[in-house]
Amino acid sequence: MPVVDLAKSSLRELNAALQQLGPTTNETDWTVLNPSGEHAIAAGVDAPVTVTIAGPVGYFCGGMNKLATLVVEGSAGQGVGENMMSGLIHVKGDASQSAGATGRGGLLIVEGNASARCGISMKGIDIVVKGGIGHLSAFMGQSGRLVVFGEAGEALGDSLYEARLYVRGPVAGLGADCIEKEMRDEHRQELFDLIKAAGEAGKVDVGEFRRYGSARKLYNFNIDNVDAY
Amino acid sequence: MCGIAGLFIKDPTLEPDLGRLLARMTSTLRGRGPDSAGFAIYADATPGLVKLTFAAPEGTDAEALATRLLAALGVGGIAAVRHTHAVVTLPAEDVARAEAWLSENAPEASVMSTGNRLEIYKDVGDPDDVAAAFAISRMAGSHGISHTRMATESAVTTNGAHPFSTGADQCLVHNGSLSNHASLRRALRQDGIRIRTENDSEVAAGYLTRKMRDGESLDEALTSSLKDLDGFFTFVVGTENGFSVLRDPIACKPAVMAETDRYVAFASEFKSLTVLPDIASAKVWEPKPATVYFWEHS
Repeated sequence: MPVVDLAKSSLRELNAALQQLGPTTNETDWTVLNPSGEHAIAAGVDAPVTVTIAGPVGYFCGGMNKLATLVVEGSAGQGVGENMMSGLIHVKGDASQSAGATGRGGLLIVEGNASARCGISMKGIDIVVKGGIGHLSAFMGQSGRLVVFGEAGEALGDSLYEARLYVRGPVAGLGADCIEKEMRDEHRQELFDLIKAAGEAGKVDVGEFRRYGSARKLYNFNIDNVDAY
Repeated sequence: MCGIAGLFIKDPTLEPDLGRLLARMTSTLRGRGPDSAGFAIYADATPGLVKLTFAAPEGTDAEALATRLLAALGVGGIAAVRHTHAVVTLPAEDVARAEAWLSENAPEASVMSTGNRLEIYKDVGDPDDVAAAFAISRMAGSHGISHTRMATESAVTTNGAHPFSTGADQCLVHNGSLSNHASLRRALRQDGIRIRTENDSEVAAGYLTRKMRDGESLDEALTSSLKDLDGFFTFVVGTENGFSVLRDPIACKPAVMAETDRYVAFASEFKSLTVLPDIASAKVWEPKPATVYFWEHS
């Protein structure tokens, strides 16, 4: 159970140690003390380990994460879980803007609020935010699911591809080509599974959510517009 | 980059700690702006008197210049010196004479601010060194704003550092970049607003000064700026009793705020807020785009 105190060790030492862990490591449970909002903590981990970070983190925490479970016992700065590939990142506080940006897989859970551009250009990641999200969230989201227990800001899902968005609270406005869609059984099932993965099964009712997705008018070629090319 | 910190105190028992808290908040943002730093402090007013803060020319003695200034004006006044800056407290009707004397006799000196309560201290160098040189930690006040600068639009000089003040008791810090500052600067200068540098952020300060001179309140002036300023910005603005925050409609520059019964705080990064008392129980949020946030002392 390695403990790394960032008041005594450098961030580079921590990340170098985490990044050299392989798939069969026995050092599977790490604790980071005094993160003090430093940037890029535990970025680029590629091993099935758990890293608990005891306090707030700065930008790009857990960026490119693969296989690892990261627990942030505080708030996270911009771009937490940016481009994560797999694994789990669990933020106990709030997340700043661009949480889960371009993420390709895995699950990002935010206990508090996320901010602007949550899930921007998401490409397969699942994101569950137990509070609200800010403007321009899921902008150009390609795939993956975004679940929001609270409200969403302006221009939700602008220029959306095939990411699926589930929001329980009010939505300030939908972006271009984003529309509300029917909730069918398969959607209720996947929403339930995500709520369960976020530890809220039985506490949050899937019937209270609305589903938003792409109208598919913006990204599909339309023969009527051929003169514009 | 660039870093901003701001603290507006609601509970007067916290006022003696303003400088200490603001300096610590600023210190956490050193990495965002290692070029220069500046602090605007709204300290106690002296009834009937106005403060003029100036930076003495490099390598000269601020105290000697302040003494010469007061003697030349022939008025009773008080000079307080902090590092390279002097704050001269004098009757309101003598401020224009004082500025004229300085530009005549010490053209290399720079007036940082005038006003009933505002004092601005800024210099090039590491933000911690700047704060220590001016002994910011020992200053009391009701609100204050600071900035750590990574220069993009103009030279790394004392005058190019933030905060900028273009009107009495008004100051502004900016993270971002404005595209239409050259044309706006010309228009503002023609309209009688004094803009000293080629810095884009000073133009934003001058814009607000003109709008308020023409009768708009601070929050109205900030709302107007959303249509007239082209670029990206997070502004934190101070007036004698007010404290305001505005982000552009895209809001790409970072901003996080905290509020308790005792204070309202702004910072570029959350870690800056962790130095504040009772931050664990504070309401913490990121300000919405194109939305004016405004607090005022009654």
